[in-house]
Amino acid sequence: MTIETTTAGVLALIAIMALVTLVTRFGGVFAMSFVRISPRIESFINTMASSVLIAIVVPMAFSGDAGAVAALSVTAVTMLALRKPLPAIAAGIAAAGLVRYLF
Amino acid sequence: MSVASYPYQIQPHKVRQEFFRLFPISLFVVAFGAAFGLAATQQGLLPLEAMLMSTTVFAGASQFAATDMWGSEVSVLPLIAVVFAINSRHLLMGASLYPMLKDVAPLKRYGLLLFLTDANWAVSAQEYQSGRRNLEVILGGGLVLWLAWLVGTWLGVYFGGVLQNPKSLGLDMVLGCFLLAMALGGKKSARVLVAWGVAALASLAAWKWLPPHTHVVAGALAGGLIGYFWLDQPQAKAVAQEGEQA
Repeated sequence: MTIETTTAGVLALIAIMALVTLVTRFGGVFAMSFVRISPRIESFINTMASSVLIAIVVPMAFSGDAGAVAALSVTAVTMLALRKPLPAIAAGIAAAGLVRYLF
Repeated sequence: MSVASYPYQIQPHKVRQEFFRLFPISLFVVAFGAAFGLAATQQGLLPLEAMLMSTTVFAGASQFAATDMWGSEVSVLPLIAVVFAINSRHLLMGASLYPMLKDVAPLKRYGLLLFLTDANWAVSAQEYQSGRRNLEVILGGGLVLWLAWLVGTWLGVYFGGVLQNPKSLGLDMVLGCFLLAMALGGKKSARVLVAWGVAALASLAAWKWLPPHTHVVAGALAGGLIGYFWLDQPQAKAVAQEGEQA
């Protein structure tokens, strides 16, 4: 099935995208309302939460260029050393810019 | 009939505070938005259409992917599949906030979720790990990120040339660096580190061998399983007590 990108068609496509995204925003919470939160489930969702971050970042490093790798490693080192997010993020971005400028 | 009670009260002053707290990161979101606006117009979307998409969808990576599929015709099922796959991480993100969200009245609960996105969720989830309940950042932080996304898209569609190459400034790495900093700022026990190792391996395996855009959910669920089977000391005690009661 295809939709032509006429004005009405584009509106329909955007509505479909908005609806699908809304389902993802609401769906997890809606599903959880049928689950009894036992300590085990609580432990599952807490570990899953920080694993989401790792699962976004690690493939980003592996699929990225040298600048991406530099950004993430400098952010990691600065964050572990200073324990402050903003300097860590700034240093990471600067590292990406610098590496891409140099190479 | 028992009246459900929803003890979590959203504090307006904290919402304002969180709005300004995520203001610096939202400046970078403006740059992403501009890159999206430019990409969208180059693919043939009209400025107002791109703005409408940013307003109602508010999920950057999936919007970029969708405009890549744009043409004189768009296939609907592949579009749905790609948007769902990229945004399916929201399912897990929302679920992880459920212990807090269950204490909010349903209408407000789903209202808050309209603003759920990576950066404000990462702050809220990380604070929850350290024992602080912060749903205000979902609303306040979400609002500033959403406004930034709109302003960025608007800049991109009308003045796309302004930011020809955000990559050369490292701006494409802002979100990655932010999320990594949030992860490393959290609690790090042996249990969490093992879960991260498993999540990293699973996400890489999924990225290599599973269909595109499934790696976040695969990695997160794999990491979560470690938490399911390996409990923290206090949690392990609670499970044991539950067993006795049953």
